[in-house]
Amino acid sequence: MRAATLVMAAGVMLVALALVPSARAANEQVVIGDLDDMSGVYADVLGAGGVESINMAIADFGGTVLGRKIVTMVADHQNKPDIGASKAREWADQDGLNMLLGGSNTGVNLAMAKVAGAKKVPFFSIGAGGASLTNEDCTAYTVHYVYDTTALANGTATAIVNAGGKTWFYLTADYAFGTQLQGAASKVVEAHGGKNVGAVRVPLGAADFSSFLLQAQGSGAQVLGLANAGTDFSNSLKAANEFGVTKTMKPAALLAFLTDIHSLGLQTAQGLYLTTGWYWDLTPETRAFAKRYFAKTNREPTMDQAGIYSAVSTYLKAVKAVGTTDADKVMAQLKSMKIDDMFAKGGYIRADGAMIHEMYVMQVKSPQESKYPWDYYKLVRRMSGEEAFGPITGLCPLAPK
Amino acid sequence: MSAIFGIPVAVILGQLTLGLVNGSFYAMLSLGLAVIFGLMGVVNFAHGAFYTLGAFVALLGLQWFGINYWVALLLAPLAVGLLGIVVERLLLRHLYGLDPLYGLLLTFGLALIVEGSLHQVFGATGQSYPVPPALAGGVNLDFMFLPLYRAWVILASVVVCFTTWFVIERTRLGATLRAATENAPLLQAFGVNVPLLVAATYGGGVALAALAGVLASPVVLVNSHMGTSLVTVVFAVVVIGGMGSIFGAIVSGLVLGVVEGFTKVIYPEASNIVVFVIMALVLILRPAGLFGRE
Repeated sequence: MRAATLVMAAGVMLVALALVPSARAANEQVVIGDLDDMSGVYADVLGAGGVESINMAIADFGGTVLGRKIVTMVADHQNKPDIGASKAREWADQDGLNMLLGGSNTGVNLAMAKVAGAKKVPFFSIGAGGASLTNEDCTAYTVHYVYDTTALANGTATAIVNAGGKTWFYLTADYAFGTQLQGAASKVVEAHGGKNVGAVRVPLGAADFSSFLLQAQGSGAQVLGLANAGTDFSNSLKAANEFGVTKTMKPAALLAFLTDIHSLGLQTAQGLYLTTGWYWDLTPETRAFAKRYFAKTNREPTMDQAGIYSAVSTYLKAVKAVGTTDADKVMAQLKSMKIDDMFAKGGYIRADGAMIHEMYVMQVKSPQESKYPWDYYKLVRRMSGEEAFGPITGLCPLAPK
Repeated sequence: MSAIFGIPVAVILGQLTLGLVNGSFYAMLSLGLAVIFGLMGVVNFAHGAFYTLGAFVALLGLQWFGINYWVALLLAPLAVGLLGIVVERLLLRHLYGLDPLYGLLLTFGLALIVEGSLHQVFGATGQSYPVPPALAGGVNLDFMFLPLYRAWVILASVVVCFTTWFVIERTRLGATLRAATENAPLLQAFGVNVPLLVAATYGGGVALAALAGVLASPVVLVNSHMGTSLVTVVFAVVVIGGMGSIFGAIVSGLVLGVVEGFTKVIYPEASNIVVFVIMALVLILRPAGLFGRE
């Protein structure tokens, strides 16, 4: 018995020693960690392409900041919040993590935000949509960088209601992101005099959407609100076409990425309204970045893949400006600087952590309108950052109304 | 229109039809699994990967060589079936007589390799396979609009399932196959090439999976993980039907497709777990499955 106790005590000591942060790493390097879905349904939206963007941003910055080498760590969160949280904790405790990047999946990002908040590590959420990251779930160290459910709804739902689509039925992904997106769209629809007829909550990664689409059609609504993403979005739109649902209902892509349109093809996706935080073919600057990115990956970048480049550059600029990686000083700098690069013009990080920048309502081109590869969107409307992300709600204690 | 338990009859008919479409895929996939398990005792975890491979053969055949849907319907099962035979001869063969767990681990590993490689090369979002022109459009059934292609899936599946059942249960070849599972050494003594028979069985089983993959390709996006989510459900279908029971696999595949369809109306959030709940109940009440022998 005493021997067992001794062994146990020794074990505890060993574990405790392993948990002591490595001082060497913290002093000689600046560590950027990226946790994303690398192998699942969202892997093409950011994934390995996002890692390429991070490396481009670091190389463009010169590879060092404050005389310290910038290193990256990458892991696959497999869309599991527990993996995201434990990996973030491990990096913060053992590897001297300075900046954490959150890839796709709102559920996982919420778990990572909690850890980053507790460990005082600046956390840039890139691929998550859920606006709760900067509202009821906000922390002093969270920056929500590319887009959120509020901006998506303000863009797409407003455009469609104004075009006459007054009654809505939603196909909603049954997790944090889907319900937040549906909620945001419902508010916009009501505010513009429309009506929400109903919704069906679909489990993530469903193999077949026809059942749910039949229910949507039975509702008699004019608009089919697709509050889902990635493969779920593509498969539901494909089935909606097949079952003739799109003949009686107008589909609304509440979140669609360039890669989704690419895999669906313009024949299926044409005419669709969507909202994006960035598009490769907007300005000479965006095209220049896209060209460099394409040379490495053979694909045009999504808004997330461009946004993650911008987020890393912005963080490094802030570190350079304050001359330290101290999280509180860097966060103060981040929230006081302007963001001007190929991703955002005059962007700024609000007290609640939302990065306020221009968003674009797009319509997918028809096969005849598309003149060259990846020529998919035409610009319908530019929304100012304030219009897109809306006023401060007061739900985040850092940003009282 | 009238209603049963508060659900309009039109909705019931619609969901019944869609349930049969999904059930057709379950039936075809669980049939292959049941054949392989029944005749070889191998729990083929690579079944979903072979299904995915079937879809990819069709997609790449179209993109690279312009092979049309109807040819792919023959060619993909053939190619994947041959691959299955190679896998059986090179790898699976060495595990006979060992604990079934080894076969399970081997095929699971194979599935990970196949899916990982496809992901690496083709990405995660997948690509669209066009519906063949002859099956484009649909018919208005009054209670719903049924795309012709989905009707074709039901028809094809029924024909394939019946043929397979007939071959195994009612022909001389089937009798020999079943004899090989009962007493292989004796059959070999009669001059029958048992190893060839076993290899052909595995090839045939995975060819069924590939055929289902080709049938599915115009319906969903063809991507590396299209088989992963499906195969877990299909395993539950086989367990419910009774491991190794061919008839059980077909019937429970169709019935569970319909049950799942109704769950999507009554309580959609549970539609991805209802099959597993039924599996648990069946295991408690009839551990050998609905059609299995004790």
